[in-house]
Parts: sequence; structure tokens; C-alpha cells
Amino acid sequence: MTIAPPALAFEHVSKRFGSVVALNDVSLRVDAGEVHALLGENGAGKTTLMHVAFGMAAPDAGGVRVHGQRVDIAMPSDAIALGIGMVHQHFTLVPAMTVAENLVLGGRGVLRRDVMSAAVREIARVTGFALEPDALVETLSVGAQQRVEIAKALARKARILILDEPTAVLAPAEAEDLLRWIREFAAAGNSVVLITHKLNEALAAADRVTVLRQGRVVHSGAASDTSARELTVAMIGQDADASAATATIASAAESASLAASSDVAVLVARQMTVQDGAGRVCVRDASLVVRAGEIVGIAGVEGAGQHELLRALAGRSTIASGSLDRPARVGFVPEDRHRDAVLLDRPLTDNVALRDAGRRRGRMPWAELRVRTSALVQDFDVRAPSIGATMRTLSGGNQQKLVLAREMTDAMAEEPTSGIASPALQALVVENPTRGLDVRATAEVHARLRAARDRGTAVVMYSSDLDEVFALATRIVVMRAGTLSEVPLDRDAVGRAMLGTT
Amino acid sequence: MRTVLAAIGAVAAIVGAIALLLLVGGYDTPRALGALWSGSVGSWYALTSATLVRAIPLMLTGCAIAVAFRAGVFNIGAEGQLLAGGAGAAAIALAMPNAGAIAVVLALVTGTLAGAGWAGIAAVLRERFGVLEVISTIMLNFIALYAVSFLVRGPLQEPTHAYPQSSSIAAAARLARLPGAGRLHLGLVIALIIVIAVGWVLRHTASGFRMMAVGENSAAAASAGLIDVRRVTSLAFLASGALAGLAGGIEVLGVTYALYEDLSPGYGYTAIAVALLAGLDPWRVVITAFLFAALEAGAGAMQRDAGVPSTLVAVIEALLILGVVAAQALRVRRVRVLHTTDVIVPESAT
Repeated sequence: MTIAPPALAFEHVSKRFGSVVALNDVSLRVDAGEVHALLGENGAGKTTLMHVAFGMAAPDAGGVRVHGQRVDIAMPSDAIALGIGMVHQHFTLVPAMTVAENLVLGGRGVLRRDVMSAAVREIARVTGFALEPDALVETLSVGAQQRVEIAKALARKARILILDEPTAVLAPAEAEDLLRWIREFAAAGNSVVLITHKLNEALAAADRVTVLRQGRVVHSGAASDTSARELTVAMIGQDADASAATATIASAAESASLAASSDVAVLVARQMTVQDGAGRVCVRDASLVVRAGEIVGIAGVEGAGQHELLRALAGRSTIASGSLDRPARVGFVPEDRHRDAVLLDRPLTDNVALRDAGRRRGRMPWAELRVRTSALVQDFDVRAPSIGATMRTLSGGNQQKLVLAREMTDAMAEEPTSGIASPALQALVVENPTRGLDVRATAEVHARLRAARDRGTAVVMYSSDLDEVFALATRIVVMRAGTLSEVPLDRDAVGRAMLGTT
Repeated sequence: MRTVLAAIGAVAAIVGAIALLLLVGGYDTPRALGALWSGSVGSWYALTSATLVRAIPLMLTGCAIAVAFRAGVFNIGAEGQLLAGGAGAAAIALAMPNAGAIAVVLALVTGTLAGAGWAGIAAVLRERFGVLEVISTIMLNFIALYAVSFLVRGPLQEPTHAYPQSSSIAAAARLARLPGAGRLHLGLVIALIIVIAVGWVLRHTASGFRMMAVGENSAAAASAGLIDVRRVTSLAFLASGALAGLAGGIEVLGVTYALYEDLSPGYGYTAIAVALLAGLDPWRVVITAFLFAALEAGAGAMQRDAGVPSTLVAVIEALLILGVVAAQALRVRRVRVLHTTDVIVPESAT
């Protein structure tokens, strides 16, 4: 009996960046026909390992085998030639080009539209994806763009597919479809490496699960023999920090039962209609009351209008008709913090100062701002070399904590001119607040949001992860095609309302 | 301390590069370098009448570029705004030969407003119609040049109609020379005060902070800072034009005493290098403006005394800009690479 060599194998791979050990003697094998989930916190080395496989990082020691052959992968084109395809977390598509054009990008020879379209249809047939060759990528939804990205890898004959956090950007139903597709793809004799944060997803979709922590393999085994609890312990370890994080979660859960929402309406929208930049109506006749001390969870599939609703509630966009009563300042945590919330190349202090920049007059109170930044960094446990360090040097979780800290404290009220004690923040709007964060940072952000609620803040939160909405919301409002409807806290009811089935 | 070392390093690199080019070109290198030295900072006369006189417009236009670029406004039109300022100042100074100091002040204010107005055209084109300022300001440079050309052959031409230039500005309407400093004039003091003040405003006021925030990330400035981005970019554009316009006014009242086409040997373009080398910081612009002024003054001397074409110095300036841009790109890239490789720098650092 001969045993087939693994499709992809890492052998004692080590990689350092300066003084930081990113990978420490990592060995891993992915067989043909297998879905292999790779778990770990941010910074555990998952992406670095996959960069080694895709020729984007050279290992300092150890090597890679593909179908048993020792290979030297110096650049992505080498990996592609070996049948390895990678779908990055941030897509690498050209928005202004069509699906077909994106698929042939990087190829050689003469472009022939009919051949290109035929190729796209062939891939569509093989994969079961609905791909329209002539559609512009920028007009597609995030889920559809991801399918184009996968199709691109398959067009280059990938048999080993690496997916970096593929479900992070998808609505629940889309995520389920994708995971089902991944299983089918593997069943046809291909291999998939699924990088993810989500334990349940790993256990449900994968044959085997490997956990990395601080650059080492700390767990590897069949998904059927592993529990979510074991994986959690493997990922965050049993050190003091982890138990502290667990304690925070526990105390937050406890206080949830004590939370008393009051009758004070803080955000009141009546028949509010909101248009996007192009003048399309995205929110239609929405009426919503958010009271002090409650978290209203918004659920909806991608593009249901939640993006525009949140911006209107936060006072970041104007409403076309109807009315909205809101406090003068509403804290806002947008989903894309790099684009909408931070100045990446400026120090932490500047990022805190940004909060009131629009209405400030005269001199910048830098001394005061530095004191406040230090206080926020301490209160919210932001890990940063100093308050003078640029935002870019912080990990995603720490950036998000600083943004939360900035948005949750009512800065102007603390200035001596007001003369009154700082009141609690009245309203906070958050959008996918834990996107891209690891388990521990997610728990910390959740604890902060619950703490804000307990202090009497009216919180509106949207997450594309339905589990997160259920974990935080005191009540749930479902958004579908621009309209709002209140739904009981019941998973089936919410799911049906999101999709419009009864 | 590090800035000083960097400046010394830069000067050494420049002189080295010049020496190399001179050798390759087969020129009398020691003689040419001697001319470079004596023509720029080698004597009191060279320092004041050649280098510092050139540093004045470079300081102001460099500061103009710094303000605009900081706010994400790519104003390449300092040259045109300088010409507009020069024309405005000349018109007032010529019309008021006997008003003394009042004429000087009025002329400089008019020059400043003319520069702002010229930039304002590009600002409106950008905010209203989405015209890229990189293109509109370059176009406006040529329009300004030909407008000056028209003025000195038409309405503002000297009475004999023999030369394409205006009459000489009356002595009373000129900027006073600094005593014992050759051709160096009061414009140096004005420029220093203005540049230092602008640097202070950018560092310490809310307006300055808004400009930086908009230039750094306009989406975040609008969303997180509730900043009116259009207002801030328009303001930066106007301020930038005003500074360049003032440079033109000072040049006419302090150096040329008349309006003509070749008022500026490209100060508005050199200003881009001056500002970039200074890291868009007005205070450091003072130093880089001096450096470029010395280079250009020395280049003139090299041409006169050693027959070295002054374009050689233009080559050096271009190399300098490339070097600065490459160094900045490398720095940003190094941080990005660290950030995207799944290594959390701060957590390992704490």
C-alpha cells in the first residue's frame, strides 16, 4: 500500500523579523481532499506561514514540499505554477475592470473577448458560481468579489487554495454557502487552508485544525476530536492575561442581567429617509427609538442600507427627509478604521485630538491632549510604545481600542470651560466593532460596549456576524432593502427577516 | 541634533555629487568648486547679496508649497501665483510714487491678495468641478506668465515703449535695503516673520491641525473629526497662493524694482524641492531655502568663473529631490512591511 504524499507540507519552518520570532519550527501537512483550518490570534504567525507558501516571505530555516517534492518558492508566480492559489483578506482585484479582465490579468498573449468570456463561463460551470464576464468588479457585492477572487485562483489551475479570513466580510448566509463550496472543492481531491478566527466555523468546515500561538504549533488534530473549549485554551493560552480576559467577559455577562434600560429616548428617528452619495435611497421611512442604557443591534445582509443608517444616526451624513433627534455629539466607530477613523502616520495624541477638530477654535491644547491620551491609553489598556508612536505601529486590536476610547469619552465636556462634571456619553454608534480582531481583543471591545450601556449610553451596533449581534444586543432591529423592522431576540426570526422569507 | 547632522550630511553629499559631475565633465574641478564657494557663502557680499537675496522668495514659496501639500492640495502653481503677486504689487507701487511706506504696505497686500486670487481660480475649479489642481495650477502658471508678458507690453509698459518691462518703481515705494548688507533688503525680515508665524500656526492652532488631518486622511478627518474638508482645502489653497503672491511682491519691491517677464528664475518650481526637503515644515523651510539659494548663487559663479553650465546644478537639485522622495518612500514602506507581516510590534516592545 502506498501512501500519497501530502499536497502541501511545511517542514520545520522558522522565520524572524528583526528580534521578533514570527514562526518557530512550524511543521504542518495538508493532504489532498482535506480542508485544514489554521487558527490563532492576530500575530500568531498564520499569515506569515501562508506567505511562506505563496512566496511572499522567505523562511530562515526549514522548507516547503508540494506533492512530496521539495520546492523553492521565491515569489507568488512560483506558487501559482505549483498550483497554489491564495485569496487575501484584502482583495487584489482591479475595481474598474470587468470580471473577465480581472481573471486574465497577469497572463500573456493576445486578449480575445470571446475566449475570455468562454473561460469565465467554464469556471462558472465548474465552480457553480454565478459569474457575469462583463460585469465591472466595482459594481459587485463583497461576496461576489470574493467569488471572483477565488475564480481567479482557479483560472490559474490552483489545486491548493489558501483563504485568509474569507468569511469575515460575508453575511451569515453567504458564509454558509462559501463553506459548503469549500467542502465540495476539497471533496473533489483539492486542498484548502482556511485561516480563520471563528472557532465554530473551523470545527464545522475543516477536517483538521491547527492552532498557532506565538509562532509555534500548539495544537493539531482532527476537527471531530476537538472541542471549541480546547481550541480557545490553545489559542489564548492559560496565562494570567487570558484569565483576566475571561474574567472581564464573565463580569460583563453578569452585569448584563442587571442592566436596566431607562425610558429616556436618546436617538429618535421618524420616517427618516437617507440617500447615498449617488442619490439612491438606501434607508426608507425608518423610525427608530434608542433609549439610554440599551444596545440596539442591527442585523442585515450586506447592502441592506445599514451603512447609511448608521452614518445618519451618528450625524455623519445628512438625511433626505423625515426627522432625527440626536445629541450634539454621537460617538461613532466605523467598520473601516483605516479609512474613516484614524490618521495612520500620526501619533496617538493627534488621533485623540481628531475627535473635536471640526469645532475647535484657536490654539490646540497639546499639553492637555497628551494628558488625556495617556489616560485613555491606560484606561482602555491600549498597548503602544508611547503616545508619540504612530498609529501604524499598533496592532489592529490596539488601534480599535484607541478609537473606542476616543469615541466613548466626551472630551469637550471635560474641558474646564464647561464647569460641570463630565456626563456619560449619551449615544454611541458602532459598526462591525471587532472586524479583524482576535479573541481577546474582541472580548475587551465587547466588555467596553456593555460598560457603556451600563453607564446609560444609548448604543446602536451593527455586525455582519449575527453571533455578535446576539451576544451584545438588548433588542434587535432587522434591516432589509432599506426598511427597518423590530424582531424578537430569536435566531430563526431574525434570519427570516433578514432574507425576507416568512 | 539629528536634523543638524542630516543637514551636514546632505551638504556633503551635494558637494560630493557636484565634484563627481565636474570631474566626469572634464572641468577644472578645484576652480569650479572654489567659485561655488565664493559665489555662495565665501564672502559677506556673496552671502548677503547673492544667497540671502535668493533665499527670500524661496522661503516664502517653499512655505506656500508646505502649507498646500500638508492639506493634501498639490499646488504646483506657486510660480504663477508669484507672478500674479508681482504684477499686483508693481501696479500699486507704480500708481503711488509719492505715498512712501503706505505704498509699500498697500503694494505688498495687493500682491498677497493677487496670489491668493490666482490660487483661488484653481481652488474653485477643484471644489466645484473636480478639476485636478496639479493640472490647473500648471496651466495657470503659463497664463500668469503670458498675462505679465501682455502687461509689460501694454498697460504697464514703460513710457518709451522700447523694452518689454514697466517703468522703475519710485525709490520711496521700494523695500529698504538692510544697512551694510549689500543688496539684501527688508524682505528677509518680513519673510522670516511670516514663515515662523505660519510654522507656529500649523503646529499650535486648530486650523493648522485640521489642515494636517485633511492632508493625512480626508475621510477620517470628515468622519471622526467632523471637519469641513472642502473649507479646509480651500483655505489652504488660498493661504498658499497668498504666500507665493507675497514672494512676488517682495521680489518686485526689493530686487527688480520693475515688472518684467523673467521676474522669477523658477522660484515657484524650486520651492517644491525646498518644501519636500524640509519635510513640509515651514521652520525647516528656512534652512532648505538657504541651501537651495546658496546652490543657485554658487552655480552662477561657477558659470562665470569656470565655464560650468548652471544646468549642472539643476541636475544636482533634481538628484536631491529624488533622494528625499526615495528616502521617504523607504521609511513608509519599512513600517508597512512590518505591519503587514502578522507581527505585533508594540506588544513585543512593551
